[in-house]
Amino acid sequence: MRRAVIAFTAFLGGLVLLLSSPAWAEGEALKGTLQNQGQPVNGVKISVVAEDGSPVAAVTTGADGTWEVPVSKAGKYKVTLDQKTLPSGIGLKFKDKGTLDVQVYEGNQRNVLFALAPAGQQNGGNASGESASSVWDRVAQLTFEGFNLGLIIALAAMGLSLVFGTTGLTNFAHGELLTLGAMAAYLFNAVLGVPLILSAVIAVVIGGAFGYLQDRFFWGQLRKRGSSLVAMMIISIGLALFLRYIFLFLFGGESRPFAEYNAQPGIQVGPISAAPKNFIAMGVELAVLVIVGVALLKTRTGKAARAVADNPALAASSGINVERVIQIIWTVGGAVAALAGVMLGLAQNINYQMGFQILLLVFAGVTLGGLGTAFGALVGSLVVGLFIQLSTLVVPTELKTVGALLVLILVMLFRPQGILGRRERIG
Amino acid sequence: MDWNTIFVTTVKASIGLETVVYALAAIGVNIQFGYAGLLNFGQAAFLGVAAYGLAVIVSTFGLSFWLGIAVGLVATVVLAFLLGIPTLRLRADYLAIVTIAAAEIVRLVFRSVAFKDVFGGSDGRQNFSGDFYAMNPYAPGSYGIGPIKFDERTTWVLTVGWILIALSCVLVYLLMKSPWGRVLKAIREDEDAVRSLGKNVFSYKMQALVLGGVIGCLGGFIFGLGQASIQPDLFGTEFTFYAYTIVILGGAARVFSPVVGAAIFWVLLVFVGNTLSEAVGAGVFGSAITVTQVGSVRFILVGLGLMLLLIFRPQGIFGDKREIALDAR
Repeated sequence: MRRAVIAFTAFLGGLVLLLSSPAWAEGEALKGTLQNQGQPVNGVKISVVAEDGSPVAAVTTGADGTWEVPVSKAGKYKVTLDQKTLPSGIGLKFKDKGTLDVQVYEGNQRNVLFALAPAGQQNGGNASGESASSVWDRVAQLTFEGFNLGLIIALAAMGLSLVFGTTGLTNFAHGELLTLGAMAAYLFNAVLGVPLILSAVIAVVIGGAFGYLQDRFFWGQLRKRGSSLVAMMIISIGLALFLRYIFLFLFGGESRPFAEYNAQPGIQVGPISAAPKNFIAMGVELAVLVIVGVALLKTRTGKAARAVADNPALAASSGINVERVIQIIWTVGGAVAALAGVMLGLAQNINYQMGFQILLLVFAGVTLGGLGTAFGALVGSLVVGLFIQLSTLVVPTELKTVGALLVLILVMLFRPQGILGRRERIG
Repeated sequence: MDWNTIFVTTVKASIGLETVVYALAAIGVNIQFGYAGLLNFGQAAFLGVAAYGLAVIVSTFGLSFWLGIAVGLVATVVLAFLLGIPTLRLRADYLAIVTIAAAEIVRLVFRSVAFKDVFGGSDGRQNFSGDFYAMNPYAPGSYGIGPIKFDERTTWVLTVGWILIALSCVLVYLLMKSPWGRVLKAIREDEDAVRSLGKNVFSYKMQALVLGGVIGCLGGFIFGLGQASIQPDLFGTEFTFYAYTIVILGGAARVFSPVVGAAIFWVLLVFVGNTLSEAVGAGVFGSAITVTQVGSVRFILVGLGLMLLLIFRPQGIFGDKREIALDAR
C-alpha cells in the first residue's frame, strides 16, 4: 500500500511537469493583462467603478501589459477600458465590451479580460460564444491548481499527522509554524534583501529549529509533567492565539507579497496557464514529500518513527528511544511546515492569519487520510486540494472552503478512520 | 494618563454587554465541556446562528421579533444535531475538529457575496432591534451609581441579559443536582462504565450539546440586540476560545464560575487594553508600540493566560482538580 502511494506520488511528479496556478490570493483585486496577438499593450487607461457608482481607481497598463486595481471589499464592480487610449491599429474585438461587470469574491484576485484585435478584424456585436472545449480547459486548469494547493496542504499535514501519531497531540498551533516560515522568509527577502530562494532555506532552518525548541522546552516538558491530551490540545490553542497575535503585532494586519517573483507573466502549457514559479514550487514540494516518504520507509529513524506512531509503548520496549524520535519528528515537521508556509506565501500573499486559515484544510486532509498515518495525510491532502479547486466549477469561489469542510464532516459520518486509517484508532 | 476613564470603563466592563454575552456563551460551554466533557469548539456558531436567525427574520423578511427569536432557537437546535450526530460517537478530538470547522462554515456562509441578499455579506444586518427597545420600561435618562452610568437602552439590554444569566444558573444548578446531571458527570468520568449500566450515552451527550448550545444562543440574541447590528466576523473562532478561557479561568464544572470568570476576564482585558492605549497615547513606550498594535496585545495575553492556566492551575479559581475532564478518550 505504502509503496503504491510512493509510486502514485512519483506519477504526480511526472504529471506536474506536463501540466500548471494559484488563483487564491488574499486581498481582493481586479487585474489583467492586455495583449494583442501575443504582444503586451501598454499605456491603456482602465478605470474601476464600484456598484454604487463611486470610482475606485483608474490605472494605466504597464510595459508588460499588466494592470491591477486593489479593491477594499468583495462585491460587483464595473471595469471600463478607455478605447481612446488604445494604440492606433488596435481595437476591442467586441465594440460593446468596453465596460465589463465583474463580481469579486472574498479573497479573490479577479482576472478581467479585454479581447483586443487589430483594427478591421473586429466584430460589431455578439461574442461568438465560448467553445465547448473550454469546460475541459477549465477542469484541467483547476486540477492543476488543486494539486498545487493539495501539495502545500500535504507538506503541512505530514508534520501534524506524525506529531499526532507519536504523541497523541492534536496541535492547533501547527498552522502558526507555516506562518512563521512565511514571515521568516519575508523578513529576509523583503526587509533584508536576501534572494528569495536563500530566504526560503533560512526560513526552513528557522522552522526546524523552532519545532525542535518547541518540543524540547515546551511539549516535552508537558509530557514529562503528565499533562493530559485534552489539556495539551487546549494549551495548543492558547499557543496558537499567542503566536498568531505576536505575528499581527510585528507584521501588521495587511497582506504583503515577497519582493521577488510576484508579477511573473504566465506561460501556457497545454490547456493550463500559470506562472513558472508555480511549476517550480510544485516540483520542490513533490521532491520534499518524496524524500520524507522514502526516509520514513527506508531509514532507521523513519522506521522507528513509524513504529512509535503505531504503538509508542511497544516501540520503547523494543529499544527505540521514543523521546529522540519525537524530537526528530518535531524538527522535521517544523522545517517542512515552514517550507509549506513559504510556498503558501508565494502562491497567495503573506498574512498573519494564513496559517490558521489553512489549518482547517490541513485537518480535513489529515482526517480524510486517517489521523496518525503519514501517507494517509498525503493522499487526504491531495484529495482536499483537488476537491476545493474543482468545486469552484459548481459553487462560488468564496465558498470553496465550505465544501471541503463539509466533506470533513461527511467523512466523520461514514468513514471516521479515513482512507488509510485503521478502525481502532478512533476510539 | 486618564486614570478616571480607565477606572470607569473597567468597572463598567464587569457587568457590561461583553460580560453578559460571554457569560451566557461560557455557561453553555461549561455544560458541554465542564459537566459532559464534550469539546465543542464551535460555540461561536451557535451564537451566530441564533443572532442571524433573529436578524434575518426581522430585517430581511420584515416579520415579527418573537418569530425571529423562535427561528434563532430552532436553528441552534438543528445545528447541534447536525454537529452531534456524526461526531458524538467518536473520540474527543474529532468533535473538536468538526465543531471548529462547522463554525468556520457558518461564518463563511454568513459573509459570502452569494447570500448577501439574505445575510448582508461582511456588513451583516441592522434594523432588527426596534421591537426589543420598544418594550423598554426605562424612561430615557441614565442609570447607575456615581460616574458609572448606562443609558436607558444599555440598562434594558443588561437587565434582560442578567435575568437570563440568573435563570440559566438556576437551571444548571437544578439539572446538575438531578439524576440527569449525575449521569452526565459520570459520562465525563467513564463513558464505558455508564454504558454498561444501560444508559444511552449518545443521547445524554446530544442533550448536553443541545442545552449548552441553546443557553449560548441566548448570548447571541443579547449580542445582536445590544449592538443593534451583527457582523459575521463577530462569530470567529476567537470568540469560542475566549469562552473556553473564561470557563477554565472560573473553574470548569461549577455553576457560577462562567459568570465570575467572564467578569474577571473582561475586567482584566478592558483594564489592560485601556491602560495600554492610554500609555501609548501618552508616549510611555515611545515608538515601540503604536495604538493599532494594542489590540493584538490583548489576544497575546489571552493566549498566554490560557496556556499558563492549563499548565499550572487547570481547575481555575473555583474548580476541583478531580472534576476536570482533561483525559482524552
